[in-house]
Amino acid sequence: MSWYKPSDVGFAARSKLADLGHGARLFFKLIAMMVPTFRRFGLVRDQIHFLGNYSLAIIAVSGLFVGFVFGLQGYYTLQRYGSSSALGLLVTLTLVRELGPVVTALLFAGRAGTSLTAEIGLMKAGEQISVMEMMAVDPVQRILAPRFWAGVITMPLLAAVFSATGIIGGWVVGVLMIGVDGGSFWSQIQAGVDVWKDVGNGILKSIVFGFTVTFIALLQGFDAQPTPEGVASATTRTVVVASLSVLGLDFILTAMMFTI
Amino acid sequence: MVLTPPSALVELRNLTFGYGDRVILDDISLSVPRGKVTALMGASGGGKTTILRLIGGQNRAQSGQLLFDGGDVTVMGQTELYAARRRMGMLFQFGALFADLSVFENVAFPLREHTDLPDALIRDIVLMKLNAVGLRGARDLMPSDVSGGMARRIALARAIALDPELVMYDEPFSGLDPISLGTAARLIRELNDAMGLTSIFVSHELEQTFSIADHVIILANGKIAAQGTPEEVRTSTDPLVYQYVHALSDGPVRFHYPGPTVQEDFSMGLQSNHKSSGVAQ
Repeated sequence: MSWYKPSDVGFAARSKLADLGHGARLFFKLIAMMVPTFRRFGLVRDQIHFLGNYSLAIIAVSGLFVGFVFGLQGYYTLQRYGSSSALGLLVTLTLVRELGPVVTALLFAGRAGTSLTAEIGLMKAGEQISVMEMMAVDPVQRILAPRFWAGVITMPLLAAVFSATGIIGGWVVGVLMIGVDGGSFWSQIQAGVDVWKDVGNGILKSIVFGFTVTFIALLQGFDAQPTPEGVASATTRTVVVASLSVLGLDFILTAMMFTI
Repeated sequence: MVLTPPSALVELRNLTFGYGDRVILDDISLSVPRGKVTALMGASGGGKTTILRLIGGQNRAQSGQLLFDGGDVTVMGQTELYAARRRMGMLFQFGALFADLSVFENVAFPLREHTDLPDALIRDIVLMKLNAVGLRGARDLMPSDVSGGMARRIALARAIALDPELVMYDEPFSGLDPISLGTAARLIRELNDAMGLTSIFVSHELEQTFSIADHVIILANGKIAAQGTPEEVRTSTDPLVYQYVHALSDGPVRFHYPGPTVQEDFSMGLQSNHKSSGVAQ
């Protein structure tokens, strides 16, 4: 007896394909609901408040400490080549292009994504999704779509906060503590950062991550087994799948943005 | 061809439903008379709740017809189904209140979703519905602050917010204390008569059920074992119905789960040896 029969492989492939199709249908349904969702902006606004406000502290603190570390590490590397005046540029480009969008997306997946998955999983376990369907209210429209679009809007805003506090952190360590010249710190940033190529691409990345992380969190919650164990494992899956997707997508996006 | 008699609001015709190979409902036909209170009874896992979910179109039957006021729910698209659901209210077993909304907002939810009524009017309707279930004073509480019996009454107020024609109750009596149970039973009967509803409820509670129902349907093994007025069912001589109505632990529905015989499991062939050694110790 072999471990994998061809029929098992075929069955697994087919069920994966079905999952993929199911996910894609939900995704396009959410995209198509953009206009009706924003027509009831109150629902989206509440979710932006919920997702953004509760992630703000962790994002700002993380950004500040990442900035501190970059100030230190950047200085020790740059001063070997006598170019410590470029510290501001190094910190800013690293944050705006890469770490701002990526670390924000990872933190967002851990903070807001898990709470979305758990919330929707528990609504399902408590039959709140079923009761909504029985009231002739589409739960995708009423529950998922406002959260989805709120996540898409919130992510770039949080990434901007992360990058901004990170630059301040780099300035605190580099200029105030180590003594790099403040004038050259800021002027190098002003001269070396391109609004479209650097900042614009960073924003684009965080918008893509906003779609990715929020959608994964919602899908895991909506497809969770309606039991305590099901919700727990769905929450874990949200973090794992969303983090890996963000890192993988980041490589693809970077390759497309900065090589062409 | 037989036309739907106007007396039936819901009618199942040769309906079959199952999950995979497991048949839950096997070719059953029944009708729910308009304006009456109908009770669905039967052993747990016998498909009672499934019937409610089928009427609401949340599950689709494999074959047969399910008519709601003449329209076949089994073939409806989403738009028609949602139109039909607006004429139904359903009370879930544990209420299923929206945890993030207050009692008031829970009852207001269907009104806000389906109507453009001004806030003042919504407030009046919500308070009237809450008053009908005796919880007008609880409007500002959150679902986490109310007891199980109250949660169900709030859910009932929400289910009747849009003045449905049909209200379905999934085990409205389970886990209630005697006072809440009596209240729930009285509410089902009074709301039905006062609002001109048609009610279906799933229950295991014999006494209350027989006291408020006009029509009782007992399901067993995916079939209808008995249906009729409470008296007809109570005096039925069918052994299965007799066992159920008299709450006997053994009968056509076995007390023992099917398995090896007692003789096989306890090696009855050696019975005398075991017995003597047991006594000796």
